[in-house]
Amino acid sequence: MTTPTFTWNLIADLRDMWSLPFMVNAFRAGTIVAVLAAIIGWYMVLRRQSFAGHTLAVVGFPGAAAAIWLGLGAILGYFACCLAAALVIAALPSGARRGYREESAVIGAVQAYALAAGLLFIALYKGFLNGTSALLFGSFLGITTRQVTTLAVVTTVVLAVVAGIGRPLLFASIDPDIAAAHGVPTRDLGAAFLVMLAATAAEVGQITGALLVFALLVLPPATAQLITVRPGPSMAVSVVLAAATVWVALFVAYYSPYPLGFWLTSIAFGAYVATAGIAALNGWRRRRPQPVGARA
Amino acid sequence: MTTSLALADPIGVLTHPFAQHALLAGTAVAAAAGLVGYLLVLRAQVFTADALSHVAFTGALAALAIGLDARLGLFALTVLVALGMGALGHRARPDDVIIGGVFAWILGLGTFFLTVYTTTRSAGNGAAGVTVLFGSIFGLDAARADVTAVIAAAVCAAVLVIARPLLFASLDQAVAAARGVPVRLLGYAFLTLAAVTTAEATQVTGALLILGLLAAPGGAAARLTARPLRAMGLSAGIAVASVWIGLTASYAVPALPPSFAILTVATLGYLGAIIATRTRRRKVKFRLRHS
Repeated sequence: MTTPTFTWNLIADLRDMWSLPFMVNAFRAGTIVAVLAAIIGWYMVLRRQSFAGHTLAVVGFPGAAAAIWLGLGAILGYFACCLAAALVIAALPSGARRGYREESAVIGAVQAYALAAGLLFIALYKGFLNGTSALLFGSFLGITTRQVTTLAVVTTVVLAVVAGIGRPLLFASIDPDIAAAHGVPTRDLGAAFLVMLAATAAEVGQITGALLVFALLVLPPATAQLITVRPGPSMAVSVVLAAATVWVALFVAYYSPYPLGFWLTSIAFGAYVATAGIAALNGWRRRRPQPVGARA
Repeated sequence: MTTSLALADPIGVLTHPFAQHALLAGTAVAAAAGLVGYLLVLRAQVFTADALSHVAFTGALAALAIGLDARLGLFALTVLVALGMGALGHRARPDDVIIGGVFAWILGLGTFFLTVYTTTRSAGNGAAGVTVLFGSIFGLDAARADVTAVIAAAVCAAVLVIARPLLFASLDQAVAAARGVPVRLLGYAFLTLAAVTTAEATQVTGALLILGLLAAPGGAAARLTARPLRAMGLSAGIAVASVWIGLTASYAVPALPPSFAILTVATLGYLGAIIATRTRRRKVKFRLRHS
């Protein structure tokens, strides 16, 4: 195979790229994953649960490593492990006690232990070293049509659940105390959200690798929340940004020797920094503090 | 053969120089991680430490890719990012979204340097990234172990010096600020110490696993006692014990990676603390109800 050459005729470039089946699958999978990550990530940023999101993403790594070691498919490992970790985090103590939130310690312990377990599985399954990088940092070259179908089905299910509980979840995320007083089951909603976050992380992780899930979960939603605070439009902006990030990153990564993860995170981070800069400039011009992004 | 040897003579571990180095560096790093970890848990800043540990990964790989000593890039980048995140946050406490964003990008940068390193250096291999991520405590030589121990001891001393005002500022920021405690300055100092600890520990447990030595002993100590200074001691003690037991177990059973063994002990300690405090609280409730 000759190395692809870039021309400024973007349409021709796309057509050239899409003549390769694996690139078509990469674009399909990337778009599906971007839509899901943008919406779940929007809630995650609102609820300030990035740490939990990162942990659930990372937990997919030992899951996949164990599944490969046992001879099962990596997909099964991703989903089983992420969902189990979500339930553990939801079940373990989280509430405010003695003036500090213990949740972060629990999440940190779960994450580190999961990674250590992943290391053990790799040690048990020798000669897996190249696979390790792929699990941690992702690979978009080997996506099969069956994988795309699985991703689409999971995305549909999770989005259907979000459509069902979206409104009470929004209420519970913005003001948990008042929501609880109105009879909204905030604790159950929180657990349900963690499970959905886990499913999302497991999905995204298969494309971006366990360590880079974050780029799609945090950055497009954070950017969207800087642009507008109204939930509907903000979520739409988030979806558009995430999809655009994935497309541009795939496009650039195809022509460059550097990994997809690098482009993905750089583009998403660049968009965030630019938006934050503009928002800060606007706020400074109006001579009042920016409410967005300030600690509650 | 190693197994039977270690089981028959556990003290014999110490006759091997590589085990001595591992024990020296591991103990020092664990003590520092325990002290810093309790404060991280108290300040709900474990996520910051998580981000810093990944920054350390990128720093080490960047230095490797450029051809410097890995440690230089490690310390420089970790401390810089820690201070930068603090500056963007409120009162030197980084915000959730800022940590997440910086973190994601830094990791992406890490994969970039990993690719540069593996493709441009003829001596480079794909295992470099994995070693940085998961550490190789048994691979330390004497000089590195000594330097590690000295830096970790300095971190411990610094934490103990600023412990009292830092605890005050962590428990009640507003009151501490009103009493003239330099809350912001302490926040930056603490971030620097956390950064140095994670950078340092990267060589022992690896960038990904230091979080366990920070979060688990700190969380366990915070559950077991409400008295801060005692909790700090307890946290350091649990961390050091985890390293000792983990190293011994890994020496006895070579199939166990040392990082995994250490983290298993630390996590079990935290789980034990949760269960112990739960049953204790239930007993108290029971007694109250029936008295």
